[in-house]
Amino acid sequence: MLKRVHFQSSILPYLLVAPQIVITLVFFIWPASQAVYQSFLIEDAFGLSTEFVWFENFEYLFGDELYLDSFLRTLFFSAAVAFMSMSFALILAGFADRVVRGATTYRTLLIWPYAVAPVLAGALWVFMFNPTLGIFPYFLGFLGYDWNHYLNGNQAMLLVIMAAAWKQVAYNFLFYLAAMQAIPRSIIEAGAIDGARPLRRFWTLIFPLVSPTTFFLLVINAVYAFFDTFGIIHAVTQGGPANSTTILVYKVFNDGFVGLDLGGSAAQSVILMFLVIVMTFIQFRYIENKVEY
Amino acid sequence: MVENRPILNIVTHLVLILGVAIVALPIWITFVASTHEETRMLQAPLPLLPGGFFVENFKQTFFGSGLSGSQSAPVWRMLLNSLSMALMIAFGKISISLLSAFAIVYFKFPFRMGFFWMIFITLMLPVEVRILPTFEVVADLGLLNSYWGLSVPLIASATATFMFRQVFLTIPDEMLESARIDGAKPMQFFWDILLPLSRTNIAALFVILFIYGWNQYLWPLLITTDTDMTTIVMSIKQMLEAAEQSPQWNIIMMTALLAMLPPVFVVVAMQKLFVKGLTETDK
Repeated sequence: MLKRVHFQSSILPYLLVAPQIVITLVFFIWPASQAVYQSFLIEDAFGLSTEFVWFENFEYLFGDELYLDSFLRTLFFSAAVAFMSMSFALILAGFADRVVRGATTYRTLLIWPYAVAPVLAGALWVFMFNPTLGIFPYFLGFLGYDWNHYLNGNQAMLLVIMAAAWKQVAYNFLFYLAAMQAIPRSIIEAGAIDGARPLRRFWTLIFPLVSPTTFFLLVINAVYAFFDTFGIIHAVTQGGPANSTTILVYKVFNDGFVGLDLGGSAAQSVILMFLVIVMTFIQFRYIENKVEY
Repeated sequence: MVENRPILNIVTHLVLILGVAIVALPIWITFVASTHEETRMLQAPLPLLPGGFFVENFKQTFFGSGLSGSQSAPVWRMLLNSLSMALMIAFGKISISLLSAFAIVYFKFPFRMGFFWMIFITLMLPVEVRILPTFEVVADLGLLNSYWGLSVPLIASATATFMFRQVFLTIPDEMLESARIDGAKPMQFFWDILLPLSRTNIAALFVILFIYGWNQYLWPLLITTDTDMTTIVMSIKQMLEAAEQSPQWNIIMMTALLAMLPPVFVVVAMQKLFVKGLTETDK
């Protein structure tokens, strides 16, 4: 943590940490404590009077069907995004790991969606699936399938999942490929000498050996789906139709800035904060102690 | 390659090419849309091959005000706003994290660990979970609609501080000992030894943070109401809303293309640094 050899303490170290600490206090810790405080308040519709109500906002939330639905929906959304983008990335990385020449070319061609902002990813997919003009609804029409994500909640959900997963494939691919390339070739060769075919080697050797990466990516993808997909939802569906794509982050924003329910929105923020703390804890606890064989 | 399986090799390349095609498809469709004229983009089926209006669309998007009949800043102005925000966030995060990591690793002072944990906590407070109160703070400070308001609240960084801490811990103690024997003051040691030694890490982090800054969406959406402060990433959403009345998909998709070009270029051109930055900051 600290260097064995270090400088004598003076005023200097305080000056060095000051910018970071001031910004942390003003823009992170103070607002977060305000959110906690506001979550105990109920404000009337005109903002004229506030009342301290302890846990009433939370009680209300946990009894609110809309909120519980949104909670379950977020879990489903995260699981679907993580599964879709991780399995796609795993398959591609498994094949890319076999390529002797050209592996970096494939990597270059696969990693750039990482740089696309979520809201742009949403814009691209909403354009492709535009019910009247889009390419996909046009072809789906030939199959007799009617696509309209403005009316059909399941289709809207599928669309935001695809857009979110598409953007995350790059990240997962990069980590899977790096993990696979770090496996000693001798292990794979030993498997081959024992007569295991490529597919079998993949499932019995490579997949178990990259399990720490799988676990790490599960946490990262969950955090991504929970918090970074706001732009996709906002651009593609605005939570609709009929709340069918309102995930938690979108609901906080919508209830706070559009619905102006300060107490309720703050209580939701506090719950989200708690979720981030849990996820960060899991990440640090388990990433530090790598899975042993 | 463990054994020679010609058929499997062909299948490998086919699968990878198919994967690349699936990943690239949305961008191809976007590119195609940006090369056609407005009327062509209103007839289903939309084209799958590029047309000849790329230059016209580019001119109208880049120098005009994006969609015709809308009240927004010209796209070059939005790109400039995005660039300023991304650069301020990247430089800001890197400089304050370098300084605090230096203090935490090389000085012994009261509350050192307290500061460390305070920085650690920021990891658990993404902007999404404290939007309303942070907005109030920025409004009270009079930073709405300013570059400072866009960047400063986002530049505290636990991950960058941890990364620099990690880098400094691997630098041998003899460096400091010999620097001290030569009479170097702390800040001289920082400038002449630590900074040059962490150069590649700084560059790698810069790539990641530039993308992070450029792609900010929720925060600029909240604190900019002035059209002159709109960032390019934000403008897409406004255009999609306008598209419900009069769709000008060629212009919208050209704007989307321009919005994603700088960060994509950074990733592809600085791939090595990008991979290094990504794998080091997240662990």
